[in-house]
Amino acid sequence: MFSSFAPALFGGLLVGLGAILLLLLNGRIAGISGILSGALWSSGESDSKGLAWQWYFLAGLLLSGLLMGGPLEALFGVKPMDMSTLEIPTPLLLISGVLVGLGCSLGSGCTSGHGICGIGRLSPRSIVATLVFMFVGVLAAIVFH
Amino acid sequence: MNKLMALLCGILFGTGLMLSGLADPDKVIHFLNLSLLLTGEWDPSLMFVMSGALAVYLPTYLLVVKPRVLDNQGPLLDKQYHLPAKRAIDAPLLIGSVLFGLGWGMVGICPGPGIVNLAYFEPDIFLFVFAMVLGAYVGRQIHRSIPIAVNNA
Repeated sequence: MFSSFAPALFGGLLVGLGAILLLLLNGRIAGISGILSGALWSSGESDSKGLAWQWYFLAGLLLSGLLMGGPLEALFGVKPMDMSTLEIPTPLLLISGVLVGLGCSLGSGCTSGHGICGIGRLSPRSIVATLVFMFVGVLAAIVFH
Repeated sequence: MNKLMALLCGILFGTGLMLSGLADPDKVIHFLNLSLLLTGEWDPSLMFVMSGALAVYLPTYLLVVKPRVLDNQGPLLDKQYHLPAKRAIDAPLLIGSVLFGLGWGMVGICPGPGIVNLAYFEPDIFLFVFAMVLGAYVGRQIHRSIPIAVNNA
């Protein structure tokens, strides 16, 4: 079990690095739900010539999935993801997807926006949001699994 | 240049998600499901993801970004910092967080890992992300029908 602590910590450092560089250089919050809705329904900032910056960040996320999964598994023995072990019924998958999208939109953020960037700025809003979704997430995981 | 940086930050962020295990729904469930404490199968490692991320983000924000914001200096590649202005702990924040926690705990996928995992071309993840976008659209319409600003955090 302890062998998974080091990848988790190191992975967390990388996540934090990606997020803080985006703030340091571009002045932007690395909240994925906000970036996704910004990309899809560009939130009023029409300074864009060509694609909005949000699409580049999302492309980076996708690229990491395409390029890094194999090397990470080979080098560190981590399993980047395996949907097949979950065997989630399709209706449950769809309901959870809607809840995640709706919840992040109403609550103005998700694990990254509130949990990292918000807490990382000591925002009371984000601290409360993170405590709430962690607590409910624990309850839901106990009930559904 | 700032678009190239956004791409690079996305790659770093996604790589971190995968390395940490947060992109693996199975692992997330084994973290959130505290009843596994009773059977000894609980996986606490994901606590270190947020710890690691905050260990980088928080001090850099306090020591570098915040003084620059107070000093009216912008980030290196933009004229100004785009930080959320909302302060109130209001009903949409709380209701949204409850709904998000519920969905996250049900299957163990949050938005970042959802998008990273699209790279694995499994039908399930496309369905999830499609549903997530649909939910986000509904939330956006609700936000617009009641007068609250949307683009935060």
